[in-house]
Amino acid sequence: MVGGKSLGERIFNKSNVVIMILLMVATIYPFWYSVIGSLNGGADLVRGPLFMWPREFTWASWEAVLADPGLLHTAWITISRTVIVTVVSILYTAMFAYAFSRPYLKGKKLYMIIGFISMYFSGGLIPSFMLINWLGLYDNYWVYIIPSLFGGFWNVIILNANYKAISDSLFESAKLDGASEFTIFFRIVLPLSKPVLAALAVFTAVGVWNDFGTTLYFTQSTDLQTLQYMILKLVQTSNASEQMKSLAANSSTAIADLLNNAQGQGLITAQTIQLAAMVLSSIPMIVLYPFAQRYFTKGVMLGSLKE
Amino acid sequence: MKKTPESIRVPWERKRKGHYLGSDWRTQLELQVMIWPAIVLIIIFSFFPLFGLLMAFKNYNPMSGIKGIFTSEWSGFDNFTVVFHSFQFWPMLKNTIGINLFGSLVGLPVTLLFALLLNEITSSRFKSFIQTITYLPHFLSWVIYGGLFITLLDPQGGIVNALLVKLHLIDEPILFLGDPKYFWGVAIGTGLLKDLGWGAILYLAAIAGVDQSLYEAAAIDGAGRFRRMINVTIPSIKPTVMIMIIFSISGMLNNNFTQIYVFQNTLNMSASQVIDTYLYQTGLLQFQFATATAIGLLKSVLALLLLFGGNYASKKLTQSGLF
Repeated sequence: MVGGKSLGERIFNKSNVVIMILLMVATIYPFWYSVIGSLNGGADLVRGPLFMWPREFTWASWEAVLADPGLLHTAWITISRTVIVTVVSILYTAMFAYAFSRPYLKGKKLYMIIGFISMYFSGGLIPSFMLINWLGLYDNYWVYIIPSLFGGFWNVIILNANYKAISDSLFESAKLDGASEFTIFFRIVLPLSKPVLAALAVFTAVGVWNDFGTTLYFTQSTDLQTLQYMILKLVQTSNASEQMKSLAANSSTAIADLLNNAQGQGLITAQTIQLAAMVLSSIPMIVLYPFAQRYFTKGVMLGSLKE
Repeated sequence: MKKTPESIRVPWERKRKGHYLGSDWRTQLELQVMIWPAIVLIIIFSFFPLFGLLMAFKNYNPMSGIKGIFTSEWSGFDNFTVVFHSFQFWPMLKNTIGINLFGSLVGLPVTLLFALLLNEITSSRFKSFIQTITYLPHFLSWVIYGGLFITLLDPQGGIVNALLVKLHLIDEPILFLGDPKYFWGVAIGTGLLKDLGWGAILYLAAIAGVDQSLYEAAAIDGAGRFRRMINVTIPSIKPTVMIMIIFSISGMLNNNFTQIYVFQNTLNMSASQVIDTYLYQTGLLQFQFATATAIGLLKSVLALLLLFGGNYASKKLTQSGLF
């Protein structure tokens, strides 16, 4: 399509590549900064910012986070809720969407109306809070599970669009062989919808893993903390102590050092703990990300519209 | 073509004959079993809370529990009057709209520009590599991403301040999160960086759908790359751009609660209090259920009006809209 390249075009190409590289650096650098920050001595970190490498390398903050007995429990709450909600809600929503896609389903119109109302109207935070309370789900592990078991009507619409691609003759012959609707769903529909299910599963899992609203609104005991909520608390307390410290540091650096030395010979501070927890809790997402990414293109249009 | 024997016709097409496979009670039962759990969940978790909206028009006391929603006396628009007269209301509205408006004014063109530039990258491997990297922040929570930026913007150990001081752009480190005048900038900037890559996806999909012959025709007419971008690509993806604009108009009152909540602290409260955080505070921390419900309802109604208004304006101006 493009013949000889003019000088202007070559300059454009080069600067475009440079812009993209700068953008990637700007995207990646914050992560890198938190990694090196978490691996640096805490007291040393306050003396001046790091750029590329830790100045005073130490695993102390990582060890402190991993040795925290509460962390294992918190991780367990987060992982179990993510796995249960993702698996059940994807399977069940796919099944619902299958039943909903059958032309001979009775009451389809009513279900459609119910679905659309649920998409566009919501009672908001306070009525939901009262409902959760009334149902006895407040401060209860099940608040993470039960309200999320159905993946929502939007996913049903996406799945239905995908089911249309499955040839009708498959359904017909299965029906004539006397297959039940459940058999058709599990043996035909499910295996043929793997890509879209994978995309929806990724979005669901990311959403659940990253959610801290449920914890903030509907729980109070530390037993039910999720990783995100725990990190939020760390960020807030370390933020507060940083502010206190910066006030103190303005008057004298000795006070700042004193504050730091009080916590484990200056290797660990609230800030390095926070950074270590942030890095450790993003590891699952970052490890899964390349595997999940190939499904994005499948789910792209739907996923981004949803957002 | 042979005539299809009655026995292997599409089962549900035999409805007219009064006997088709979908009508037998077992099939129907199975389908209804698949449907009903979701219907029950929707009715409980989406429909029941709608009754709670009554609280916005009532003199509701949280002590009276669920029953009180129905039994407490009507108070007309009293709750809304209380909201409007609250000294916090107008600054909060200003913050909400300000962050969203300037966020969209910066975010929409920059994201579009990014998509256009990315589309001009010739190597497809480099292109997908850029996409992989720039999508990543979208998949991290605001707790993590916000935490990263709190560290980067820290007045003491943060690299942003250190660089600015080193370059002699500032003399004293800036308290980005402790000074209200920087809050909007922080919220808009981090929001843009986090979703720049992901936000470009829709534009990229639209660009990929542009008729290639248009480019060829333009090239034959002597249009350079830049001209083709301006005169072919942008007009072709106008409907997508309009949809994104309508979405951002209808979301004008809807802040990202998670983002704001992470960055919010007592020092920057005057610039960081938005409708969603205010709702959480008055409702769940101060237990003013009726007031909070009134704010929530007001927000939903205004959002709906904005959606229709934006759609109407878009249709009038560009002949393309959402519906």
